[in-house]
Order: sequence, then structure tokens, then C-alpha cells
Amino acid sequence: MKVAKAKNPRYITKFQYNVMLAKKYKQLYWMLLPYMLFFTMFTIVPVLVSIFFSFTQFNVLQPPKFIGFENYIRLFLDDPIFLKSVKNTLLLAVIIGPFGYIFSFLMAWLLCELPVKLRTLLTVIFYAPSISGNAYVIFTQLFSGDAYGFINSRLLSMGLITNPILWLRDEKYMMLIVILVSVWMSLGVGFLSFIAGLQGVDRAQYEAAEVDGVKNRWQELWYITLPNMIPQLLFGAVMSVTNSLAVADVTVALNGFPSTNYATHTIINHLNDYGIIRLEMGYACSIAVLLFFLMLTINKAVQRMLEKVGT
Amino acid sequence: MKKAKLTKKQRKMRKLQKQAFKGQKLMYRSKFARSLTNGRSNRSLSGSLTLLICLFLLSLVMLFPVIFMVSNAFKPINELFIFPPKLFVIQPTLDNFFDLGELLADSLVPFTRYLFNTLFIVIVGAVGHIVLCSMAAFPLSKFRFPGSKLMSNLVVMSLMFSTAVTAVPNYVIMSYMGLVDTVWSVILPALSMSLGLFLMKNFMEQVPTALIDAASIDGATYFTMLWRIIMPAVKPAWVTLFIVAFQTMWGATGANFIYTENIKPMAAMLNQLSGSGVARTGVVAATSLVMFIVPVVLFIISQSNVLETMATSGIKE
Repeated sequence: MKVAKAKNPRYITKFQYNVMLAKKYKQLYWMLLPYMLFFTMFTIVPVLVSIFFSFTQFNVLQPPKFIGFENYIRLFLDDPIFLKSVKNTLLLAVIIGPFGYIFSFLMAWLLCELPVKLRTLLTVIFYAPSISGNAYVIFTQLFSGDAYGFINSRLLSMGLITNPILWLRDEKYMMLIVILVSVWMSLGVGFLSFIAGLQGVDRAQYEAAEVDGVKNRWQELWYITLPNMIPQLLFGAVMSVTNSLAVADVTVALNGFPSTNYATHTIINHLNDYGIIRLEMGYACSIAVLLFFLMLTINKAVQRMLEKVGT
Repeated sequence: MKKAKLTKKQRKMRKLQKQAFKGQKLMYRSKFARSLTNGRSNRSLSGSLTLLICLFLLSLVMLFPVIFMVSNAFKPINELFIFPPKLFVIQPTLDNFFDLGELLADSLVPFTRYLFNTLFIVIVGAVGHIVLCSMAAFPLSKFRFPGSKLMSNLVVMSLMFSTAVTAVPNYVIMSYMGLVDTVWSVILPALSMSLGLFLMKNFMEQVPTALIDAASIDGATYFTMLWRIIMPAVKPAWVTLFIVAFQTMWGATGANFIYTENIKPMAAMLNQLSGSGVARTGVVAATSLVMFIVPVVLFIISQSNVLETMATSGIKE
């Protein structure tokens, strides 16, 4: 495609070349337009608007008032609940992210050798929790705080506890249960991507490896499977980082809003608190901006790490 | 002492013999063992069995809450409040579903209206999503032109943050456009979900470029290329996009955007029902089963297409 300078009788600049190309592909821009319009309107503009509002005081009714970095200063110096939510979010992300990620890869890896019918059945079983929006609500009954709760009643009848435990209201257990439920739901799109990717690895490579002296399945995993799967691993990582930093609905459904002593208050909970309930849009936007950069940074860092797999 | 007497050559022979014996043993594995180890000699039978058992146990753990939910939906009222609670239903009834039906028949806004709203949102949203994404994915996957790289990168980047980040400004934008309290507030943002474009673009990349070249020699416009050649070839991708869009919008309550009762989707109404306390426990169980089962069934129907699409879902550097 590139226009060779020497052969071209009239030298054109890169800009002119681009304009030429753009004219040639005019129709393609028209095809892109509808999607890009909506994408700009509901993704790019909101991010930019967020950044703008985060420097203002804005309550929707009155025009935004510019206040500089005051929102950010308030977040870090004058809002202990925000700091707690950051701590909770990072704790959740550090546990759910890697654990859910490795869990979904291992499951996909084990599944991929099973006969097709069994594999399909198990895929549905594992994927089902994350398919439907709020299946996790069932955990409120399993971990119900009274003696009628499933777990409590079993523990009581086994004599392990004498009083029912307030699983969803007691700070000691709340985090644990949110983690449990999130891991239960962590086999999502990334998991499907792993399954599909594993089936796409060339069988001949495994046979070659067998001849070349790969001794067991773990070596096979490290030397053959993983390097073949790097694109899927990256995709799965993006999904799992993003999801693990965005835990919010689960904590509201299980622990209520706000949760006891903010024990499972996450950044998004805090964001919704200010954005939807208190209508301090400027402040909420500054939380959103911080979360936005947090998600991007962690995603980039994880990608750097994954590129070294199998080398 | 005997061993020491062996010469180097003999020792080597013995080692080879041992290896050969081991190989033979592996070759004559039973059919069962061969199928478990995938016919590969470098896998141990015991290892395969252990992993299978782990998998089985884990799937039980994963399934447990689902079983609980399903059997709850069929429990009569006395079993719902039995002590200690049972995992499985003893006398299954459809009472809960009838109760749900009665409640729905009594409601101020007829149930069919909610159902219509949800179907409208899901179908318009999903079809629009597929149309927009395939129109955008075709140029991005098959051509290089100024801005194409930037747009692809923006889409990949937007996978990296969740929509919760943009929720607040979205509301402000919606209210400026006068979309608050219409179904469009749920549909429009879903149209441009970046996961859809990403999957579609990756899937289109593996459609042979020769097809497009042939068509362009025949003088086809880009639009005809897309509809006549590409779209039939990427059926798995648009099935997947439909499923993803469906999953997102099926459970959407539009809680922050929609206030008028007769344009609320079904999920919002079912949420209201389940908010009404202990007396409705049975109805809640029935409701959650209904909300759960529909996307799962859709996924089961389309899973081979979804997996085919996911095979190309990787992020390439």
C-alpha cells in the first residue's frame, strides 16, 4: 500500500497520502459512523465529562462550579469511608482477580479433554452463575443470619455452633462471603474464551512434544498450551481485572447498602452513594476518574506480566 | 554388590529394557485408560483420575446454589419454612408459579406490558447492537485507513474499565438529550457495548480476504460485500453478540432512568415483587428461577456458536 517515494513522480507528504486514503475509503467511514457515534456519546464523552466534572462542584440543578483539586483532596484527606472502600476494593481484586482467573483457566483446561457432551454440560454448569444478572441473590438464603438459613441450620444440627451466625451482617464473615460469591461467579466470558482457545491449540504440537520428551501434563501446559494461548490469556485477564475491580451489586444484595460498618463498601458502592443518592456529581466523578485510571493501570500491568508466560 | 559387577554397557542395556517395558505397559493400556489420558503416553492414569474427581467435586460445589434455587421454586409453603431447611424438594408443586401468575394478573399495569417492554428492549437492543457492530467491525478488521488503528485501540481500551465508571456522566448526558424515563435510556448505551465490536472484529479477521478481493473485482460496494459475503460467514459471531446483548439487557431494571410504571422492563417489576418480604418467599423463588432459566436456555442452544466466536477472542499485541 505504501507509496514508494522514488517511483512516485510527484512526492506527497504523509498527510496528503492519508487524505488520499481517506477519500478512497470514504464509504468505510460511513459504515463506522453509527457505532462510533454511540460509542463516543456513551463511552468517550462520559469519560471526558467525568474528568471535567471531577474538578467542579455539581449537583445537576445548578451549573457546575470550578473548584480545582478540592474533590481529590477531600477524597484522600477528609473521607475515611473512601479510603476504606479503596482498601476493600483492592483486597477483593487481589483475591478474586488472580484466583478467579486461575480457577477459570484450570477448569477450562480440565474440561477441554472431556468428551464433547460432558464438556458442554459442565461448561453450562460453570458458566451459568455469571450468565444471569442476579442469580447470586440465592446466597442470601444460604447464608441467612437466622437459624433457618441453610448453612446455619446445618452447623447448628451438627453442633458446631450454638447460636446462628450473622453471616451477612457480621464484619468477620462479610468479606469472606463476598469473595466466595464473586469467585462462584468468576467463570464468565474469559472462561469461555479459554475453553475455545484450548480447543484451537494444534494437536500436532502435543504429539511432537511427547516425542521430544515432555514428561507430564504440567510441562505440556507450561511449554505448549500456555504460549499458544497468550491472546486468550490477555483477554481473560482484562475481563477478570475489570470485573474484580467492579464488585458492587453483590455487596449490595448480600450485605445491604451501606454494609455493616462499611466492611464490604467498594469504590463503586461509594461512587453510587454520591452519584445517585447524594447527587454530588462532581465528587462522584472524581471517584470515577480515580477508578478509571486504577483499572487501566492494573490492566496494563497485568498484560505486561502475561506477555512473559511460557518464555 | 551384584550391581557393581555390571559393566557400563550392561547397565545401559538394563535401563533401556526398563524404558521399553514401561512403554509397552503404556501401549497396552485399557481402552478406558487410553481415553482418560487422551492416548498420550506421558500422562499418568492416576493423575487423570484425580483431576477428573476434583472436577466432579467442584462442579457439585458450583451447582449447589443453583440446585437450591431450582428446588426452592418448587417447594410448597410448608417446606420453604421447614426447619432444618432441606436442599431438595420433597413434594414438588407449581403453587409458587401460580401465585406469581395471580400476582401478575392483579397488577395495575398488565404483565404483558412489562413483558412487551423487556422484549422490545432486548430485541431492538440486540439487533441494533449486531447491525452497528458488524458495520463497524468490517472496516476495522479488513482495511487499514487513517484512524482505523486508533479506533480499534479505543475499543480494546474501553474493555478495560467497567460501565459503572461512566454511569454518572451518562445520566447527565441522557437528561440533556431528554432520554430519561424512556426505554431508549436502556437501549442506546447497550448498542455500543465494546465487547460486541471486539468479538465481531476478531471473528471477521479470519474470514479470507480473497473473498473480499473477488467481490471488489466484481465491482461490489463495501455495503454489499458486508451483507452478501461477510455476514453469512460470521453467523457464530452475531449469534454470540445476540447472547451477550441479551444477557446484559435481560436483567436490566433501568432503575436509575425509568420512573413511569408502564414502560418499566420485567426485571424491574419482578424486583418490586421480591422486595415485599417474607410472605412472598415462594413467589420470589419462582421469579428468580424464571429470570435465571431464560438466559441459560438461550446459552445452551447457542453454545457451539458462542464457543466458535470465543476462539478468536484473544487480544493480539
